[in-house]
Amino acid sequence: MLGEGIVKGLGETARNFFGSFVGKERLTTVQFPEERLIQPEATRVFPFLIYDTDDMEKGLRCVACKICEVECPPKCITIEKSTEKKPDYAGKPQFFPAKFDIDVSVCMSCQICVEVCPFEAIKMDTAFELSTDDRFGGLLWQKDRLAKPNAYYHTIHPTEAAAVDEELAEKKAKAEAKPAAPAANTGAAAVR
Amino acid sequence: MTQALDQIFVTFKHWAVFHSPAAFQPAVSVLLSIVPVLIIFPSLFAVTTILERKGLARIQNRYGPNRVGPFGLLQPLADGLKSLTKEDIVPRSADKLVHFAAPLLLVTTAFMEYAVLPVGRNMVLADMESGVLFFFAVSAAMELSIFMAGWSSRNKYSMLGAMRAVAQMISYEAPLILSSVAAVMAAGSLSTVTIVEKQAGYSGIWPHWYVLTPWGLGGFLLFMIAATAESNRSPFDLPEGESEIIAGYFTEYSGFKFALFFLGEYLGMFAISGLGITLFLGGWAAPFSFLTWIPSWIWFFGKLLALIAMFIWVRGTLPRLRMDQLMNFAWKFMLPMTLMVIFSAGLWRFLPQGVLRWVICAVPIAGLYVLLGRNLTSGQRLEKRTYGFAE
Repeated sequence: MLGEGIVKGLGETARNFFGSFVGKERLTTVQFPEERLIQPEATRVFPFLIYDTDDMEKGLRCVACKICEVECPPKCITIEKSTEKKPDYAGKPQFFPAKFDIDVSVCMSCQICVEVCPFEAIKMDTAFELSTDDRFGGLLWQKDRLAKPNAYYHTIHPTEAAAVDEELAEKKAKAEAKPAAPAANTGAAAVR
Repeated sequence: MTQALDQIFVTFKHWAVFHSPAAFQPAVSVLLSIVPVLIIFPSLFAVTTILERKGLARIQNRYGPNRVGPFGLLQPLADGLKSLTKEDIVPRSADKLVHFAAPLLLVTTAFMEYAVLPVGRNMVLADMESGVLFFFAVSAAMELSIFMAGWSSRNKYSMLGAMRAVAQMISYEAPLILSSVAAVMAAGSLSTVTIVEKQAGYSGIWPHWYVLTPWGLGGFLLFMIAATAESNRSPFDLPEGESEIIAGYFTEYSGFKFALFFLGEYLGMFAISGLGITLFLGGWAAPFSFLTWIPSWIWFFGKLLALIAMFIWVRGTLPRLRMDQLMNFAWKFMLPMTLMVIFSAGLWRFLPQGVLRWVICAVPIAGLYVLLGRNLTSGQRLEKRTYGFAE
């Protein structure tokens, strides 16, 4: 009969209305600033640079090989290579980036820079509340903002960071075993 | 005491007019009548927007606005400020004068409708002999303002929305007026005040509301359906169907004019609900004889809020109609039903009291309802839909 479906529908919506006051499990909305969902470990937002030890200038893993700059699809990375060299984690003298800028308004979080980096120097960050009132300077991140310690990497991606540390330790051991071989240097050499 | 509380606004007005200088007395009297209407109903609009958003959210198992103020109750304030600070854009090729006048006309006519609504005992702006007629005459001007808005915007979506609005409102005006004719017939008067007074008596504890008769119940339901269509609310919101024609006739309005359209629409809804209350729900009369000590104006606004809640509930439940369904419903269902309601009201008048009167008056309405309902749904063929190009 006409109207049956309407009455049924009204009953359904009434049940939802009153049910939402009684059963909290009906309300699936996460009240964001107060409540937060736990981020999955593979969360990625924008890239950051890793440095070892406590000193950002000395410990930066990046050797300014410019592979990421070339590979970046939207071309949001700008690197200027230094003129002098400094020792890397294995004690070998290396170049370092005098300037390393990422324009996060252009970055599309594709993670290609991370995939191509032979030095495990650039990784994806999980911080996402990044709004700023300065749309030019505030979105062009310089080296000092991008650089974060390895310990921070361990807190946001623990499994991945442990694997990277293991790999680097292996490489370092190999390099110390035969100090003449320029094994850790191939990537930078290729670009140069 | 209850008498004083019931008449508190009336006595205050008399007192204020009496104590003002003789030259200003007409002006003071007019101001004291109009200003409360201009304050109370827009505030009710503000309250309704937040209630509607909250209610719809709860129907969809969401929280609704809960950020501005305690429980989000200051949300209307934030909305109002936002619409005030927005840029007022008028399309270059629009008819500037008509484009400007349309929202004003809508709000003005919506306010004019309140002139004949008795919101309490002795509380009516103008007790006209033909109050119901005045109400419908004014509400017909709302269609004009909607068409003005759609036409002057010079936008195809506005135009489509305006065309739909006019087609819909004219179609539903017929059942709206015809269903109110039943109440007018029973009361023997077009005056809203008289119609309410006729319903204010009691048999035992039960009131003499027209909704408690078979023709009254049918008439009230038909009236409310037509009122929903008249105020362009879901499921009859084709004129502003967002998924099809952006926002319909007010696509080209922004800022405060947009807010005025919303205000006008809600004021129209309140006014027509108020008329429904006046005609069928006993206006300001209490629902039981032992509740008459509660002031009459509280009853009117309580009933108004209940009807608004009903509107919100229906909006949260029903999807939008298609244009042909809308027209079929108006002409093939609503119109015959209202005619039958009028017939039944006539029968009720001439039959002696008793159970038999109930049965005789209810049977034709129920029978026609079943018959028309079957007729309305018989043409439907529910088949598996095939897509020519998508597969």
